[in-house]
Formats: sequence, structure tokens, C-alpha cells
Amino acid sequence: MIPYLAKRLLTGLLTLLAASIIVFSVLEVLPGDPARIMLGMNASPEALAALRMEMGIDQPVLARYLDWVAGLATGDFGRSYTYSTPVIDLIAERVAVSLPLALLALALSTLIALPVGVYAASRRGTLSDTLTMGLAQVGVAIPNFWFAMLLVYVFAVGLRLVPAGGFPGWDQGILQGLAALLLPAVSLALPQAAILARVTRSAMLEVLGEDYIRTARAKGLPRRAVLWRHALRNALIPVLTIMGLQFAFLLAGTIIIENVFYLPGLGRLVFQAISQRDLIVVEGVVMLLVATVIAVNMLVDVCYAIADPRLRTAR
Amino acid sequence: MKKLAAFLGATAVVAAMSSAAYAARTDLVLGVVLEPPHLDPTAGAAAAIDEIVYANVFEGLTRIGQNGEVQPALAESWEISDDGKSYTFKLREGVTFHDGTSFEAEDVKFTLERAMADDSTNAQKVLFSAIESVEAVDPATLKVTLDHPQGSFLYNMGWGDAVVVAPETADGNKEKPVGTGPFKFENWAKGSSVTIVKNPDYWGEPVALDKAEFRFIPDAAAAIPALLSGDVHAFPMFPADAVTQVQGDPRFEVVIGATEGETILATNNGKEPFNDLKVRQAIAHALNRDEIIMGASNGFGVPIGSHFSPANEAYVDLTGTYPYDVEKAKALLAEAGYPDGFSGTLKLPPPAYARQGGEVVASQLREIGIDLEIVPVEWAQWLEQVFTNKDYDLTIVSHTEPNDINIYARDDYYFNYDNDAFDAVIEELDRVSDPDKRNELYAKAQRIIAEDAVNGFMFQLPKTGVWDAKLEGMWENMPIQANDLTGVRWAE
Repeated sequence: MIPYLAKRLLTGLLTLLAASIIVFSVLEVLPGDPARIMLGMNASPEALAALRMEMGIDQPVLARYLDWVAGLATGDFGRSYTYSTPVIDLIAERVAVSLPLALLALALSTLIALPVGVYAASRRGTLSDTLTMGLAQVGVAIPNFWFAMLLVYVFAVGLRLVPAGGFPGWDQGILQGLAALLLPAVSLALPQAAILARVTRSAMLEVLGEDYIRTARAKGLPRRAVLWRHALRNALIPVLTIMGLQFAFLLAGTIIIENVFYLPGLGRLVFQAISQRDLIVVEGVVMLLVATVIAVNMLVDVCYAIADPRLRTAR
Repeated sequence: MKKLAAFLGATAVVAAMSSAAYAARTDLVLGVVLEPPHLDPTAGAAAAIDEIVYANVFEGLTRIGQNGEVQPALAESWEISDDGKSYTFKLREGVTFHDGTSFEAEDVKFTLERAMADDSTNAQKVLFSAIESVEAVDPATLKVTLDHPQGSFLYNMGWGDAVVVAPETADGNKEKPVGTGPFKFENWAKGSSVTIVKNPDYWGEPVALDKAEFRFIPDAAAAIPALLSGDVHAFPMFPADAVTQVQGDPRFEVVIGATEGETILATNNGKEPFNDLKVRQAIAHALNRDEIIMGASNGFGVPIGSHFSPANEAYVDLTGTYPYDVEKAKALLAEAGYPDGFSGTLKLPPPAYARQGGEVVASQLREIGIDLEIVPVEWAQWLEQVFTNKDYDLTIVSHTEPNDINIYARDDYYFNYDNDAFDAVIEELDRVSDPDKRNELYAKAQRIIAEDAVNGFMFQLPKTGVWDAKLEGMWENMPIQANDLTGVRWAE
């Protein structure tokens, strides 16, 4: 287990390094001058030059890359061109919204998907299986922003139970924060839950056909125990894989939902930074996301080992 | 008896509560589309900065009023020397910055010299170009000497880029703006909102609001539920497409005003075939403004025939210079040597007026044989390709700076337009301060570029304001990029 983890860690670091080169060079060829964007159409050439110097973008490419990577290694993400604050502070503010949102959505989707998937698998071929899986198919097909608008009109405009959008900040109270994240989390969770339920069902079906399930039933174990303790545990590997992928998506890919609810999340930070050519912010966030995906993958590997003891010794 | 007392007591409590409930509220939430990159109006062109801090947090020597007029602000009054080159400002006394330091002539001197300096990053440095020297005569008197008379000097000092900052706090204004205005900056939750609160030590008339929050809502689809749910009370610029959805609702007031944004089909006058006057005239004849306004901004917006705001007193209606006439357009195109038309590109930046208006313009020009390929670009690309490198045929953009007809006189501007007669008019305008003479010159300037059909002049971008019907004092027009809240209050 330990050498295995060490090897994964090393691969992860190399991936990060490769990502830094790719991210930096892709953004380098992107047209657009951040100074011009800040100062607009009436800016004089001297003012533009002065600002470029202030931002440090008048330096040669290689020098800027090395500076940036050296900074990353010491935890210094640089300073935003537009906000002129440390990038790490900007990211931290956004993670305080995006991470709880992603976790909430993931928890909701798992709580819905696992029981539904297991239930459908255990009732394979019956009307209730067809119905739940039909619903899941609808859930996969519904665009989440449309579903989000629907939720807003019903719960915020009609019933006025929750705000229509925005985020008051955690300092205004945990409950207020959660209320603001509730609709976004639900609209993110539902399509994810639909996918996860389908994956759970098919993984369960595969396991339920195995010999040891029949043996377990034959030796008199109750149906529920077989289903939840023996079958689900063995079906968890593909489910965990999907959950890992979904978490990465929920953290980074929620820009549309963030726009619908005007939440100050990571997605909007990146979007805004790209349109303002605040490249150092884009680079910082992308690197953070790459690191997260690597970390989540490692975590999923560890979870495999917990779910399936055979994997602990096999490698 | 006891019961009666209890009853009376209860009524008193209810009465007290209801009178409290009827007192006008003093908080306001405004929805704005864009988040500013920072909050220092003297170091960035983004309109989103001025739309929060102008007149609310920061003030200049003069300020621009609701109808675009110059009003005294931190300068109580001024005297102009006979040669028009020296301005002596009498400054207000007893004014303090939000950090408690006092406002004096030295602060203004610092502000102006900072904006003019070599390492200045002021986006409108040209506003200060006529200044030769600034002298703080005494704490309440400031003398500015110009190297030539400049008719627009007092107006220039009213721009957001010319607001007065304190030397102690100037460097921190991007994050924590410190000005002299009736509101103080309180908090900026990045990505969410900026909050300003009433400044109890304000020198002038105190504002009615205790607190105002500017909430960033970039998505048009999110703006409607935000308004309907009561989360947001006012949208100074509501998405034009969505206005009709709230127009009949008695809870809201819809106010269509004017901005300083001349929306034009900008044309590369330096490139064939657009360097031919006949071709540009043909394009002008082929544009149906009413149709464009319908497509670009849901029918809101006033047609223009030159690069000038209809709200300005010097405005001349030139929409009839080249009236909509497809046959005439075709004839002109044939005369120019393109009987079968030609093809080109139309680069469109992200705003709805450009993307939607562009479709209409392309189809109208196709009528006369000009086949345009539509190329959507983002702002950064637009600024680089179109504005800086002049690599374009046609583009649609709104020029939102106030009184900016002088851009047609600039060398090397992206229109590639060059006309000595026009340059002479603008040069004269820069020197003349007599209002009648200035209006005459402005009229002359409008006519020259209209007749030269430099660009396709389309319409003045509307200010589609929507707010709670009980809200008073919101600006109808946008003569300068600002959301001045100094006169805003809730009706009781």
C-alpha cells in the first residue's frame, strides 16, 4: 500500500508539472492585452506601458513562467492583474462557496442515487424498475440550468422560501449560507443522481448474478442483508469511480449554475478572469483544479482498497 | 377595567409597531451586470467602477448632474482668467475624507499631478493634457494653469477619472476606496456584491439611504427572478429583452432613458472598398434603423444620424442625411464599381446589442449585395484585433464615453478616418469656451462625419431602468457612467 501510494504521488507531481507547462503556454498564445482591457479605448500608450510594467507582463515569457512555477512550489500563486490582490486569497474566497456546494450536491446525489439504484436492481424487470429508470433517464436528459430556473420560480419567486440567488457569506450565519446553497445544490444533484443511480443499478445487476449471492441467499441470509452488505459493497467500485469524476465536475464545472444563481464560485472566477485576461488567476485556479482531480483520484483508489480488501494486498 | 387597560395597552403596542413598519426603509439592493475589476476610478476604464463609486464614494472638483450639466462639487465656485488659461477654484471647507483626514487644496494638487505623471495609469489621461501646472495657494484655494484655453476643462474635471483622492490612501483605493462622498465603502464580497453605507460626517446634504448594496447579476435570466422575488430592488440597466416581462407589473417602474452610448456600425475607412465614400453612403442608405433597434434592443433606443447624443443640447437630427433607400444604395454601389456587391466580415463583441443587431445589419446589407460573414469575438479579442490592430471590415460597438465626437479627429484611431476640415473644428472646440459658439462647432462636426458616412450611425443605446415603484430619485438618463444614489429614497 505505501509504495503504491508513493508511486501515485510521484505520478501526480509529474502530472502537475506537465499541466503547468500546458496551461501556461496555452494562455500565452491567447490574444488580448490585459492592460488594454483594464484601461479601455481611450488609454494613452504611456499609461498602457506603465500598467504593463506594474503588472509585470513586460517580462519575457520564460522568466515569467519560472517565476510563477517557483512561486507555486512555495504556495505563492502570484498577484491578480485586475484585482491586485494575492490570487490565493481570491481562490480561498471562492472555494468557501464552491466546496460546500460541491459536497452538498454530492451528498444529496449519493443519498438519492444509491437507494434508487439498489431498489431498481433488486426489482429488475418489474414495473417499478422500469418507472424509476425511466425517471432517471429524464433526469439525465434535463439540462440543469433549466431545472434550476424552474426551482427558482417555484421556491423563490412563488413561495418566497429561499433567496432567488446570491450568496450572503458565511459570516452572516451558517443557516443563511445553506439556504442560499440549497436550490443550486438540488439542481446540481438531481442530474448527477440520475447518472449515479443508473450506474449503481447496472453494477448491482452484475454482482447479483454472481454465485456467492446465491450461496448467501441459500444459507438463509435475509434478502436485505444480502443486498446491502454483500452485493452493494462489491458493486461499489464503479460507483466510486463515477462519484470521483462527479466531484471534480461539481467543483469546477458549475459555471452555468453559478450564473443562474449568481454565486461567487470558482467557475465564475475563472470565466471572469479569462474574459479580462487576468491570466495569472486562470493559471492558479486551473492548477488547483488539476491538483484536486489528482487528489480525488488517489482518494478514490484508497476507497477502492477499503471497499475491496483484495486490492490492499494485490499491488 | 383590567381588561380595558390590557386592550388599550395592546392597541398602543400595535400602533407603535405599525408606525415603525410604515417608516420609509433605508436600505437598497441594486442589481448590476458586471463586477468591477477594482474600485479605483482613476486607474481603470471599466464603467463598472464608476457605476458604484462615482458621486457616492468619490467626488471631484466638479460633478456631472442628471442631465449632463456641470455642477460644483468639492469646488464651491471658480474664476476663469480672461485669457481662459487660469482657473482659480474656491474649495469647500470642513470636508473630510472617510478616513478622517481633512480635504485641502494639496489633495487636489496631488490628485491632478498623480493623474498626469509619467507612470500614471489613468485611463483618460487626455482629460488632464491641457494642464500646465497646479498650485495650492492656500488650503481652500487652488489655481490650475492650462497651456492653452480649453472649453471642456470644467466638464473634464467632473469625470470619474478626475475624482479627488488623498495621498495617504490613494494606493489602497483599488481595494478600499476612500473618498469624500456621502457614502463610505463598507465591504466588497468578491463575486457577490459591494456595500456602501451612509457617511455621517458628510459635508453636504445627508443621503436618505443608510446602506446600499450593488449585487452582481451577470445573467439576464437570473435578473428577472431576482427582481420578482424582491431580493433586488432596482436594476439601473435591466436587460432590454426582459423589460417587456415586467412592463405591465404595477409593483415596478420601467424607465427608458438615454445613455451616452452611440451604437455604430464602425467601418474601416482605410480599407478597400470602405475607403470609397460611395460605398459608405450605400451602406448608410441600406440601414433601416427602426428594424435594427427592434432587433438589437427590443425596440428601445433613439435613432441617430451622427456620433452625438440626442440628449445633448448641441444635438442636430441628421438621421435624414442618407434615408433608408435600397434602390439608391444599389445604385451607389454600382457607381462605385460593385454592381454585384462584395463580401466582407462583421466582427461582433459580446453585448446583446452587437450580437443581435449584427444579424439584422448583415441581412439588410445582403439586400444590396454585400455579403457579410459574422465573426463573434470576445472583448479582449475585439480590443486587440479591431481596436488596436485595425484588422476588420465592419464591427458594431457602442461608444459610451460622453461627448466623444473628438475621437474622429484622432490620428491612428481604429476608424482610419482622416479629414483635415473635421480636425480643425475639433481643434477650435478645444479652445473655445463660449457655449453658443461651442454648440455651433459641435453641429458642424456632427454634419461633417454624417455626410462622410464615416460609420453606420444606428442608435443611442437606451438605459432601461427597472425598479420598485416606491423608489424615488433614481436617474432616468445616464449622462455619465454612474449610479448616483445621493437623491434616492423610499417613498413613505
